[in-house]
Amino acid sequence: MSSFNTTRTAKSPRIDGLIHDLYEKMPEIEASRAILITESYKETENEPMVMRRAHAFEHILDNIPIIIRKNELIVGSTTIAPRGCQTYPEFSYSWLEPEFETVDKREADPFYISNETKQKLREVHPYWKGKTSSELADYYMTPETRMAIKHNVFTTGNYFYNGVGHITVKYWEIIENGFEGKIREIEDELKTCKITDGDYERKHFLLEAMIISCKAVIRYAERYAALADEMAAKEPDMKRREELKNIAKNCRNVPRKGAKSFYEACQTFWFIQQLLQLESSGHSISPGRFDQYMYPYYKKDIESGVITRDQAQEYLDCVWVKFNDLNKCRDEASAKGFAGYSLFQNLTVGGMTVDGKDSTNDLTLMCIWAEDNVHLPAPSLSLRVWNLTPNEVMREAAALTRTGMGMPAYYNDEVIIPSMMSRGISEEDARDYDIIGCVEPQKGGKTMGWHDAAFFNMCRPLEFVFSNGYEDGEKVSIQTGELESLTTFEDFWDAYKKQMDYQIELLVNSDNAIDQAHAERVPLPWLSCMIDDCIKRGLTTEQGGAIYNFTGPQCFGIANAADSLYAIRELVYNRHYITLQEYRRAMTLNFGKGLDEVSVSKIASAVAREMERNGQKLTEQEITVIVKNVQNSVTDDDRKRFQTLLDEIDALPKYGNDIEEVDYFARDTAYLYTKPLGQYKNPRGGVYQAGIYPVSANVPLGAQTGATPDGRLAHMPVADGIGPMAGRDVNGPTATANSVARIDHGIASNGTLLNQKFHPSALQGEKGLADFGNLIRTYFDNKGMHMQFNVIDRETLIDAQKNPDKYRALVVRVAGYSALFTTLSKSLQDDIIRRTEQTAILE
Amino acid sequence: MDYLDTKGRIFDIQRYSVHDGKGIRTIVFLKGCILRCRWCCNPESQVYDIQEMKEPNGKIRVMGEDITVREVMKTVDKDSRYYFRSGGGLTLSGGESLLQPEFARDLFRAAKDRGYSTALESMAGVSYDKIEMVLPYLDQYLMDIKHTNPNKHKEFTGKENTLMLENARKVAESGKTELIIRTPVIPGFNDTPEEIRGIAEFASKLPGVKVMHILPYHRLGYDKYVGLGRDYPMGNVAPPEAEKMAALKRVVESCGIECVIGG
Repeated sequence: MSSFNTTRTAKSPRIDGLIHDLYEKMPEIEASRAILITESYKETENEPMVMRRAHAFEHILDNIPIIIRKNELIVGSTTIAPRGCQTYPEFSYSWLEPEFETVDKREADPFYISNETKQKLREVHPYWKGKTSSELADYYMTPETRMAIKHNVFTTGNYFYNGVGHITVKYWEIIENGFEGKIREIEDELKTCKITDGDYERKHFLLEAMIISCKAVIRYAERYAALADEMAAKEPDMKRREELKNIAKNCRNVPRKGAKSFYEACQTFWFIQQLLQLESSGHSISPGRFDQYMYPYYKKDIESGVITRDQAQEYLDCVWVKFNDLNKCRDEASAKGFAGYSLFQNLTVGGMTVDGKDSTNDLTLMCIWAEDNVHLPAPSLSLRVWNLTPNEVMREAAALTRTGMGMPAYYNDEVIIPSMMSRGISEEDARDYDIIGCVEPQKGGKTMGWHDAAFFNMCRPLEFVFSNGYEDGEKVSIQTGELESLTTFEDFWDAYKKQMDYQIELLVNSDNAIDQAHAERVPLPWLSCMIDDCIKRGLTTEQGGAIYNFTGPQCFGIANAADSLYAIRELVYNRHYITLQEYRRAMTLNFGKGLDEVSVSKIASAVAREMERNGQKLTEQEITVIVKNVQNSVTDDDRKRFQTLLDEIDALPKYGNDIEEVDYFARDTAYLYTKPLGQYKNPRGGVYQAGIYPVSANVPLGAQTGATPDGRLAHMPVADGIGPMAGRDVNGPTATANSVARIDHGIASNGTLLNQKFHPSALQGEKGLADFGNLIRTYFDNKGMHMQFNVIDRETLIDAQKNPDKYRALVVRVAGYSALFTTLSKSLQDDIIRRTEQTAILE
Repeated sequence: MDYLDTKGRIFDIQRYSVHDGKGIRTIVFLKGCILRCRWCCNPESQVYDIQEMKEPNGKIRVMGEDITVREVMKTVDKDSRYYFRSGGGLTLSGGESLLQPEFARDLFRAAKDRGYSTALESMAGVSYDKIEMVLPYLDQYLMDIKHTNPNKHKEFTGKENTLMLENARKVAESGKTELIIRTPVIPGFNDTPEEIRGIAEFASKLPGVKVMHILPYHRLGYDKYVGLGRDYPMGNVAPPEAEKMAALKRVVESCGIECVIGG
């Protein structure tokens, strides 16, 4: 039996002050890293890339400005400005200058940038032309792949523009032995290298590069020690002076040596977490099973009376605040897809131990409480759940969910462990998995998972069935025949399958091109020295040094694809209600629901191109006429017919309502993505594995998708993750969960995501928390993989009032009464909105 | 005839209910009622006849469906694993389910055969022999007691409460089911501390009764009255404030009985 203390610790008054100071100003872009790396690169042009990377890392760490913020106990900041960010020109830079004047005003994730910084960046950027990983990746891609990306069939922009990240390194090893221990290990390996070895050049210099990097990190910590001493000498407040002296002492001990206390262990952890992002530009660098590897230090200090539980909580909370001090500025389009300044640092607690026991300890609960105490976007908290997870843990987690912050996310060991084993991961390693980024499981310290490798929109290949592979007059996909030739539903299904297969091939080409470019231009020696078996193999993680190598691109919009194919089967082939050609016209004209600018210009340009192909040249005026004609081409009669069609589609059964036939149809649809991917290999010698989740890309990428046969209007969001289309599941959360569990989650070993929305009253009281825990456990009994919850707040309800179609499934429970929110009249909705403010604070 | 073929009339089935009995439950709403409570939030439940009701979006919904126990259980069974995890099961509500006692009994019997827990929301306004029919299959009886004064009861619900109070005693004395007393708190009808105390004192004297639920009046039935072409009898009466409910909870507790707001 696991043993743990369920008495809630106290929250230190320090924490709110730290948070206040962190959020006082808009985050800022700083130039120091870009300047330092450019200086270093200019000096090392004839060196092997791993040495250039190490020298640049060293140069940055020795010279980048450092700061200890007011009242901090855990130190290490990448920028002087709170929540600021550095830039990473070696990956990409050309997008930034054109956005200089808008980056502080944009809607998603604005950053302040000073004129001085702009000037400095302008000075260093020219050096990088032709040297970035993105430019090399572009070189490697085939023209067909570039065409698919241009048309937003899928997007691989994340790693194209940035580092990969998406990794958990062996924090525990450094916490235990320090970087001196790591250097000894590398030196021992160096001794085995003979100059006559075939891999001598590659391996020897990588090991040298690793040592240079580790030593630089030790010196970086010593700079903090010196700064802390300096500040202590000037500090009038005696208590703070002592704190600064302790910080100085910590930073001299760690991460040079192994941590001797829980406090030191927290500091070691933080330096690694911070600097990984400074080296790699990656996001989703995830701490892994934090409650497990930190526990021995906690236990020792508690048992020997060095600290109290409340003090341990304060250190944890300080680390939690620091997660939010890191930031990343993305290009405007990407910022929309990752909105919320998120770096997706995902911290995992709970679950099964390597030897198959329950792992819950005091820190499991204290991490849940830290999330509540700090209440900031980072870190994401993942709770691993299995059959022996104690109810007390479920209760504390549910209480956190009830606060409405969307944490924790719940993961099912009973599905994920066998799923990982099916990919060749050993049982022990699979049991030790943690969550990366959004929802991706991996074995920390041994995996280069390349999770989050692309967003693939399942609706786009369906559009190509209707357009025979063309879009805006360009050939974007293969030709699967004119609609007349698809005489049976099997023909239609095959055509969709062929479109899917083809686009998946292009996706693989795109990811592998980027992968190869990273290996050549941005290898990461320091990160690699903390991943097995890079040292022994003499390869960085980018070059295939990790024991487990994957590429995990994710799809979304399964619900739309499934509902669409089902509608086509029923209305076109079974009932002969409508022909495919008529269906296409209805979709082109957005079911008569109005054409936005994008639709009009698409239609007009298609007509114009067709005329040009026939030898007619068009003037500006003629194009204007075409546009007018398009707008006027929808007659009242059309509108009436389209509405009837929409009603027919609406009356069909939909995925997400616990109807076996439809749900299994959706399962087969999902296989069209998950199965073919498994046959492909990446440059690191690993295989592809599918994920089914969207981050927030279902909104911007939906905006680039026309109307779909399921009745979804043009440019509206596509279904997120593995769940039903928003508003189409109307039988409550158990029905939704049952439906979603009918998709094969195991094959999507890169992770699946199910979002559920709840009104706080559903989690009211102890009974509410218990029922909620049992809802999750039952979904997991049914082989669901992941579930996360949004507790509905006032703003959501107001949005639902304005956009009822998006929220048709929204059930509110007030005072023992349940209702579909959008079916109520405005006055009642207002009533519930008022009540929501009350119930949210009810215990 | 197989008991699974017993037919009855329902108007709704609601899954993932967590406020009417233990754990995660499915509520089946039976049609027809003997009372006409002014605050009734399910006015479509009152008459046994099948009715049309207009929803706020303009669509017409037919309220009422004749259905066998077997068919109802097809829906109820969909969440069986949730019941087993949470100790939940089937709740019958209405209307007054006991106006269809064979149907209610056979639904409960089917639930018990499958190992689900059973609960009944009812005001017990029928002859005791009908209640006795369901008791062998009933785990929890959530019994509505709205007032102790027969005249006031009649004025607001259309019927006196003598039979119901008597049945409450009989059910409690039978010891065959867990009896919980539920009281809707209706402004202007029973929301004074004295009136609630009266009910709580009555409840506290019933053998085996440990808990009383007080449910604040809400206006969520309003749209349905409109949809049925009826006036809303409660007018603009406002729901009781949270503070008031908390005070009434203390009144109940002072009678030596546990009290839950909202059930």
